[in-house]
Amino acid sequence: MPGVPTSRDTKSHRDLTRALQKLLGKNAVLSRPEDLILYEYDGSVEKGRPDLVAFPGTTAEVSEIVRLAAKYDMPILGRGAGTGLSGGALARSGGLMLVFSRMNRILELDFDNQRAVVQPGVVNLDITRAVEHAGFYFAPDPSSQKSSTIGGNVAENAGGPHTLANGVTTNHVTALELVLPSDGEIVRVGSKQGDSCSYDLTGLFVGSEGTLALVTEITVKLTRKPEAIKTLLAVFETVDDASETVADITARGITPAACEMLDGWTLRVIEDYIHAGFPMDSGAVLLLEVEGMLEAVTSQAAAIDEICRAHKAREVRVARDDKERDLLWKGRKNSFGALGRIASGIYVLDGVIPRSKLPQTLRRIQEIGTQFGFNIGNVFHAGDGNLHPIVLYDLRDNEQFQRALKASAEIIRYCVEVGGSLTGEHGIGMEKSELMPLLFSDADFDFMRRVHDAFNPKCSLNPGKIFPLGKGCGETRLKPHHVQTPKPEPATAPAPPASVNAT
Amino acid sequence: MSAVTDSAVARLESVLGANAIFVAKAANRELYALDGVSPTAFAKPASTEQAAEIVRFAAKENLSVIPIGARTKLFCAPTPARYDVALDLTALDDVAHYDPADLTVSVGAGMPLAKLNTMLREQNQFVPLLVPYYTQSTIGGTIAAGLDSPLRNAYGTPRDFLLGAEFIDGNGAQIKTGGRVVKNVTGYDLHKLLIGSCGTLAAITRLNFRTFPLPATTQGFLAAFPDYKSALSARQKVIHSPLVPLTLDVLNAQAARLFDGHTNGTAPIPEIDSNHWYLFTEFSGNEDLLARYKRELAEIADQSQAGDMHILEDSTALAAMAARLRESIAHFREHFAAPVIVKLALPPAQHTQAATVLQSIADAAKLPIAVIARASGPILIATSLQSEHSASGEATDSPISSLFAREILTLARSFGGRAQLISAPPHIKPAYRTIFRESLASERTLARRIKSAFDPNNLFPTLDAPAAQPTPPKSETSQSPSPSSEAAAQTDLPPSPPTPLPSKQS
Repeated sequence: MPGVPTSRDTKSHRDLTRALQKLLGKNAVLSRPEDLILYEYDGSVEKGRPDLVAFPGTTAEVSEIVRLAAKYDMPILGRGAGTGLSGGALARSGGLMLVFSRMNRILELDFDNQRAVVQPGVVNLDITRAVEHAGFYFAPDPSSQKSSTIGGNVAENAGGPHTLANGVTTNHVTALELVLPSDGEIVRVGSKQGDSCSYDLTGLFVGSEGTLALVTEITVKLTRKPEAIKTLLAVFETVDDASETVADITARGITPAACEMLDGWTLRVIEDYIHAGFPMDSGAVLLLEVEGMLEAVTSQAAAIDEICRAHKAREVRVARDDKERDLLWKGRKNSFGALGRIASGIYVLDGVIPRSKLPQTLRRIQEIGTQFGFNIGNVFHAGDGNLHPIVLYDLRDNEQFQRALKASAEIIRYCVEVGGSLTGEHGIGMEKSELMPLLFSDADFDFMRRVHDAFNPKCSLNPGKIFPLGKGCGETRLKPHHVQTPKPEPATAPAPPASVNAT
Repeated sequence: MSAVTDSAVARLESVLGANAIFVAKAANRELYALDGVSPTAFAKPASTEQAAEIVRFAAKENLSVIPIGARTKLFCAPTPARYDVALDLTALDDVAHYDPADLTVSVGAGMPLAKLNTMLREQNQFVPLLVPYYTQSTIGGTIAAGLDSPLRNAYGTPRDFLLGAEFIDGNGAQIKTGGRVVKNVTGYDLHKLLIGSCGTLAAITRLNFRTFPLPATTQGFLAAFPDYKSALSARQKVIHSPLVPLTLDVLNAQAARLFDGHTNGTAPIPEIDSNHWYLFTEFSGNEDLLARYKRELAEIADQSQAGDMHILEDSTALAAMAARLRESIAHFREHFAAPVIVKLALPPAQHTQAATVLQSIADAAKLPIAVIARASGPILIATSLQSEHSASGEATDSPISSLFAREILTLARSFGGRAQLISAPPHIKPAYRTIFRESLASERTLARRIKSAFDPNNLFPTLDAPAAQPTPPKSETSQSPSPSSEAAAQTDLPPSPPTPLPSKQS
């Protein structure tokens, strides 16, 4: 069983624990099984228990921890709030987990240049809270934004409903400070303005799922709050009508800020819980938002209204005020919580397809559900073709869980078949590594492996992610991890000079 | 080092078969010359497979390769230390996929950019890449060169709309990255590394883009300001207003001469006054929006002491002005003697201080200097090194010109920015490139690691100056930068002269 800390009582494990306690303080290191068990899961259906958990407070400490872990040959991985949905922040092969919750300071707000410099443990929504008084917000808004951290968002290149017009995390990050896994070296990539003037390393590290480096500081763009916002709820009798509407909106070149679909089955579960105002007898609703200059918003909303009605929307309602708008979004963003009330296991899938293939794909998902004996709900980012089929299962019933995994793989396979991809915003992580060959060849894997090894040559950082087992690295570690006797000590690496952080 | 021998030619020709074109030691090799260096041979594969075959062959024979499109922006690439084979990819110009209803397109790297946009225009769509040498450029060369498009103010840069790519790595393997859907986090974003890689990493064979609806009716606004402070202050006010124009640039008089001789519909635009700075912006929308843009832009300009203001409503005239702005780099290269063009990447609020310094550099060195300060950050600087030696008419790498480069570097660093050499006369280009790459600090070490992952045989050119010594990883990042030593060792430049600039704290 991965994650069972068989080596807890060895001398070297105790030595590493003590060294970490000395570096960080006793309260910042967890090593007892009852503590570690809290870190063996995330928002996904996967598990993996770390052997140790440490809470660094500074970049220098992160660097020192990396060196210590290397000395004891202990794999490491970073973790934010643990809300990820693909197992990216799980210790698949045990090891030392760095949790960034203490590095949660906003270091700089530069409104003139519309930038903020933040530590990785800052919660996504807290950036917006810190800047909204000045008329700004941080645009990427994953449903988990009340708890997920910017560090995790960067690792997974998180999306959200409003990324349709505004882009995902990578479009909003201009610079990073990183700690490299090989020797704890601290490096900076990108700049406040953002143009790389060389290779776009920032673009590579964002979305690398914590497999290339540990991110210790992030420069993000702040977006000006739009002058006008209109939120529309379009109510349809059938899922088909709603998805034809989305395809038509896209084809006509209208880019709403958000275009979310909830099918009838899902919205009834949500409405029971949140009372957001979704009509209980509808087949599907679209939650649409347009934003920007007042004159543009008015004409876009009118065009969308017309398209919805042309596709047999029985009602198109415009939120009258912020209160109604917030309530509609509360319904959307708490949908997974609402589903949690009726099933012990929720498997939120994440596939992506060309928008024009939406109607046929939703029909195929229903067929797959029937085939595997599930009622599959859909609440998702329809505007960018990012599907989130939801399979509810009984957590205690392994047979059901295995069936859910098979249904998921079938859906993802279909996404690829129609020209789509494996994941739109959750990441590959542990969940989908075995599906990667649907898209990539052995030559592709060899190449990705070379890029991986350029930064993480010993696979000491977050092993067992992204690459299918056997094509990446870290498989040998997928057994209970035994803490090694420390290697003979070379001269202790000096702490990085302050100048590195001060640039 | 090896060159293309006769037997190698024969072997490669037998590998390629009849469809590909392979020419060695012929006169027209010079078409592919880069900074005066011609390849021994050029190869024009008819398919991606053939292109990969050529790269594999080159790897086996230890030949250096430069991937090439329409040859319009070779000046962006580093001067090659070796140059055996020019890999002409212009025959890879197919449309693999275009789904107008999905707003995505996938094309071969050799597809001419203008041809692509003509095809997209039929569906009222386009790829918002208005780059210099637009009418000749291939899409592959455009991405590899990574030059700026004025439209980035509204649409971002290629990193925001390039969805995926296929390329040939330095082993000759055909690699795929990303996809053709608008939202995708499957695997590493390797395609982002190709942007601005100038042929140093891989031979790009296919590119997938998000397309955009063509803007509605577009109009423009040109205003003259008494100095850069007022022009930039007006620009900052627009940035922080609800207005979202398509382009938003401040130009000094030298740069604004781009528009010389132009007419605003029937009325000619008054002559550019050499003491003025100009704000040029384009915006689009319905009638209400256009009216609001014109009203509010005029108000903002007025608050910032603007003199002459011109509303540009004639679409033909405006399109012609936009084309001149798009071609600014080409214009400077053609109209300046011994042109040096530099991009300075600084956050926009720092542009006023940067302009102060640029002005003093230009005055001190008596260099004519053209400046385009783009709202999203980059400042394009063009100068002519010839005027300092106007008597002889010869451009030289005088102390003043290297001082110019050093001071631009100091300027970039003092605000935590970056400097990049876009174009320079061949004889000073390596030295200038080395100087500007100092602004990248520790990233150069990481860039080398990327380079070895993409191109383990060092078949493609390197971004760093030729013969760069592999530096121990520690030295660049963990010590305070010692800029001059490395550069001086590689380029015989005199050590960095003391800078006359006021020191700035970022």
